[in-house]
Amino acid sequence: MADDWTAKLETYLDGELSAGEMRDLDAHLRSCPSCAADVLSRIQIKRAVHTAGKRYSPSPEFRQRIKKSIATKPGVSPIRMWLGATAAIALLLIAGLVTFTVRQQQLQRRQTFSELADLHVATLASASPVDVISTDRHTVKPWFQGKIPFTFNLPELQNSEFTLIGGRVTYLGQAPGAELIYQVRKHQISVFIFQDRDVGHDLGSSSSSLQQLSFNIESWNQDGLRYFVIGDASSNDIRNLADLLKKAR
Amino acid sequence: MPLFDQLFNFAHWLAQDRTEAEDLVQETYAKALRGFSSFQPGTNFRAWMYRILRNTFLTSRTGLKASATIPLDSEDAPEFPAGPETPETILIEHSQSQILQTAIESLPIHFREVLLLCEVEEMSYQEIAETLSIPMGTVMSRLSRARRALRESLQQKLVRG
Repeated sequence: MADDWTAKLETYLDGELSAGEMRDLDAHLRSCPSCAADVLSRIQIKRAVHTAGKRYSPSPEFRQRIKKSIATKPGVSPIRMWLGATAAIALLLIAGLVTFTVRQQQLQRRQTFSELADLHVATLASASPVDVISTDRHTVKPWFQGKIPFTFNLPELQNSEFTLIGGRVTYLGQAPGAELIYQVRKHQISVFIFQDRDVGHDLGSSSSSLQQLSFNIESWNQDGLRYFVIGDASSNDIRNLADLLKKAR
Repeated sequence: MPLFDQLFNFAHWLAQDRTEAEDLVQETYAKALRGFSSFQPGTNFRAWMYRILRNTFLTSRTGLKASATIPLDSEDAPEFPAGPETPETILIEHSQSQILQTAIESLPIHFREVLLLCEVEEMSYQEIAETLSIPMGTVMSRLSRARRALRESLQQKLVRG
């Protein structure tokens, strides 16, 4: 069992590690039976303490007494105090809910991007990366007819650094989509296109870019379709190709 | 009344006496009412209430006695060797809550409170730090030692049979 992981197990179970550390520790637990067993026993204790700790309840008489004492307290407005207190608690709950939702969305967003990075790498590693091989968009686009339940536009690449290599049908979360491979200098870039309703629920409506596993990614939705541009090219190249796709008619 | 049941439970764990716990909670609400204008909206109301309760306890006779008998923290205390039966298996095989409740009761007050705030009240480290008025690093190390002490206490119960 690695000591540096062991030291983090409690913080991990308390949900206080950063998202990155959580992910690393998750991965470690899948490969370290010793740490996994340690986590299991700690969870058992944690749950047992949670249950055993809820031991004492106030009596109904005491509850009534406190209510009365609050109601008769001179010089203060109990209603105002409890309204304020209840509002404070409500705010806490709402803040907690919002934080939870945002974290969930970030997690799912990262998961989607991670899956796309996997698809991109798998395509490049494949013996036949594309099923339709052509630099002509008027050949590649029609090839997808009848294979995916939507159509899309591809940009004119004359006077740009990009070359279309070809395309293939792909799947993300069981939803069919198109994967197009472009080249800029020595870099190959995947462009994924899906129906936004299938994959876009946690990605928001606006454009976004980020780095995932050293890949640069651009994502946006347009005309009901969700686009992802991913590759190891510079963020400028990725953005330029995304701009071309956005303007494609 | 917000937090009434939780505050009473926590007070009872601190004082280990129902009447004292009732006095503590009553005093906490009285102080909260008097000092509500000092509560800053946007800050943590729950941590504020628990802080009042804890400070009230620490200045009570039981609290003064409990805090005066806090043993020196032993960072290097050896852990009990893991045998075929671990604290977890004891909990599973025996009447869980009773053994555990006795073990929690036997913890020094500064371990008991941090453990309860984390595990029962499910407060974040930040909230616990605010409630106990200690840095977050201290929360983490104290919590870790509290858990170790709890495991050792459970292990001792096994040794005693």
